[in-house]
Amino acid sequence: MSGSTQDAGSSLRKQDVTCEPASGERRSFLGALLGLGSVCVGALLSVPLIRFALFPLLRRTTELKASPVGKVSEFSSLSEPVLRTIQIEQVDGWRKAVSEKVIYVTKDAGGQLSVLTAICPHLGCTVPWNSGRKAFVCPCHGASFSLDGSRIDGPSLRGMDTLESSVEDGQLLVRFQYFRQLVADKEVIG
Amino acid sequence: MASAEKQKSDAPQGKEGLGGWVERRTGLDSLLRGALYEPIPGGARLAYVFGSGLLFIFVSQIITGIFLALYYVPSADHAHTTVAYITKSVTAGSFLRSLHGYGASAMVIVLLLHLSQTYIYGAYKGRRELLWISGCVLLGLVLAMAFTGYLLPWDQRAYFATTVGTNAASEVPLIGESLKRMMRGGTDMGTLTISRFFVAHVFLIPACIFALVASHIFLFRKAGAAGPVTENPHKPEQKTEMFYPRQVLMDLSLTALLIIGLGVLCFFVPMQLGPAANPADAQYVPRPEWYYLPIFQWLKYWHGAMSVIGILVIPMILVVAVIALPFLDRGIERRPWKRPIAMGSYAFVMLALVGLGLRSEYLDHHDAGVAQQLAKQDAAEAEFMHKPFEPELSSGSLAAANVALADPVAAKGKTIFEGQSCNACHGDGGVGTAAAPALTGVSAKFNADQLTEFLKHPTAKMTAGGMTPVDLPPDDLKALIAYVESLH
Repeated sequence: MSGSTQDAGSSLRKQDVTCEPASGERRSFLGALLGLGSVCVGALLSVPLIRFALFPLLRRTTELKASPVGKVSEFSSLSEPVLRTIQIEQVDGWRKAVSEKVIYVTKDAGGQLSVLTAICPHLGCTVPWNSGRKAFVCPCHGASFSLDGSRIDGPSLRGMDTLESSVEDGQLLVRFQYFRQLVADKEVIG
Repeated sequence: MASAEKQKSDAPQGKEGLGGWVERRTGLDSLLRGALYEPIPGGARLAYVFGSGLLFIFVSQIITGIFLALYYVPSADHAHTTVAYITKSVTAGSFLRSLHGYGASAMVIVLLLHLSQTYIYGAYKGRRELLWISGCVLLGLVLAMAFTGYLLPWDQRAYFATTVGTNAASEVPLIGESLKRMMRGGTDMGTLTISRFFVAHVFLIPACIFALVASHIFLFRKAGAAGPVTENPHKPEQKTEMFYPRQVLMDLSLTALLIIGLGVLCFFVPMQLGPAANPADAQYVPRPEWYYLPIFQWLKYWHGAMSVIGILVIPMILVVAVIALPFLDRGIERRPWKRPIAMGSYAFVMLALVGLGLRSEYLDHHDAGVAQQLAKQDAAEAEFMHKPFEPELSSGSLAAANVALADPVAAKGKTIFEGQSCNACHGDGGVGTAAAPALTGVSAKFNADQLTEFLKHPTAKMTAGGMTPVDLPPDDLKALIAYVESLH
């Protein structure tokens, strides 16, 4: 027995009237009850703390929101690709970055609306639509692409990249992404 | 062998197995027994619960404070956004922030109760002088924590209350102005003020509080519990009862009451956050937190030559008198009804504090202009709380970049920058990508002529990286350079 416990014991014997042999068990039971109670209350109190700390894991805090391109009806009678500037908003925790990106709204092989990034998959120049040649022709190294963005000719290893698009309440939405250049397969880089 | 036997006998009740081993290695059980079997002369009483209550709130403040720091950024341009993010977006954020904010008020209340109990019971008398003094220092530190923490959300309320608070410091004769500049980190309130208050609130003052809480508890155990008012302050004579179990149960009841009270309050009436600090708002009527209202009101009465008495002399006398109390009041009489001077001064100071606070409230309610402005400020807070969280626009953003382009030449350059696909490699706004370096801040390194030269004739290193010579009419080139120079 340690010194302090002995002191405690002797003073208990001398003065504490409630200290009878039987009360030792009662006390350890009370102690266990208090310990258990404290653990339960502590566990309860740690719930908001854990939820607070795990917030970024349970909810997306870095995300790229889909950007509106325009009303679908605007693109119903599309004969050639339309150039649009969209604003993309990137949220990172409590901050966001807004930037402008150039995209084309066109029709895919099946006649459905599709959205192409204007960035050349060869070396990243902005590709204009050439109405005379009825093709996208890159001003940098002459890569050319058809109306739906598929590769026709030139140094590019693949066709122009389509972006994920969707329609919500008559609005055409697009999720902008960058793709790796100089490779044959489309590969997202951010 | 002999030492092994001795070790065994050290364990309480000669415990075997895991429990005994832990005890032999750590002495945890003895420590717990040492903590729980503190004799209390005259037995356990509800009046003694406040110290433990304070310890509990202090621990709660540490934990909630650490968690809040997960999202908080101490700088003038991010502080308010991050607190708004905590309050409006992060799960349980509003609850934890409220717990921390209301915890400060609870701390002040329980501290006042603890101090009052000690004073009324004459528990500072006899062998407990240092215990009283360390408690006084702790009171000062807790008030300093409340003062420094109040600024950190950087909303209108916090900004203007602290402006007034630091202005009050400048009333101190001789060193006042330097003191104010020291607190603010300059003449005006700004981002350096937040840094200073943050360091004080999170590192310096907590370190002092840790040290003083430890010494306060040590001195308490050394001197022993004071016991009832009929107990001898020098040598306790009354029958003792151990701290455990009855006093522990009473202390835990207060803790439970605090948990339930704070929990219910934080859940149903979460703390508000006002709009971001706007130093240009000349209309704003600043008001401190309730526990600073008496001082706020007191300072209103002192102007000109007399102010040194009200702002320095009287408070100093009061502080010195409170700290030196155990030495000034050496009588062994502890029963309050036999200490008319002590009880009279206590009642006087308390009534004065309450009176000053109420007077301040009364004046605010009866000055139509002030009342109206205060109501407007409350409405602005409520309105801000209802708006969804709006993330802060990062510096590289389009809107931020467009603001910088007031210069039409640079604006033309931006069109060229994008038209020539410079942004494909150098990124939008010249922020840089994996393919090419950032152009922001490049004007600090090279002048316009050097930049023109680089564009027309890229260096070998640039060419190797994929840069092609830029062939543009001189005006366009000039515009492009102007744009590149505007990038920060």
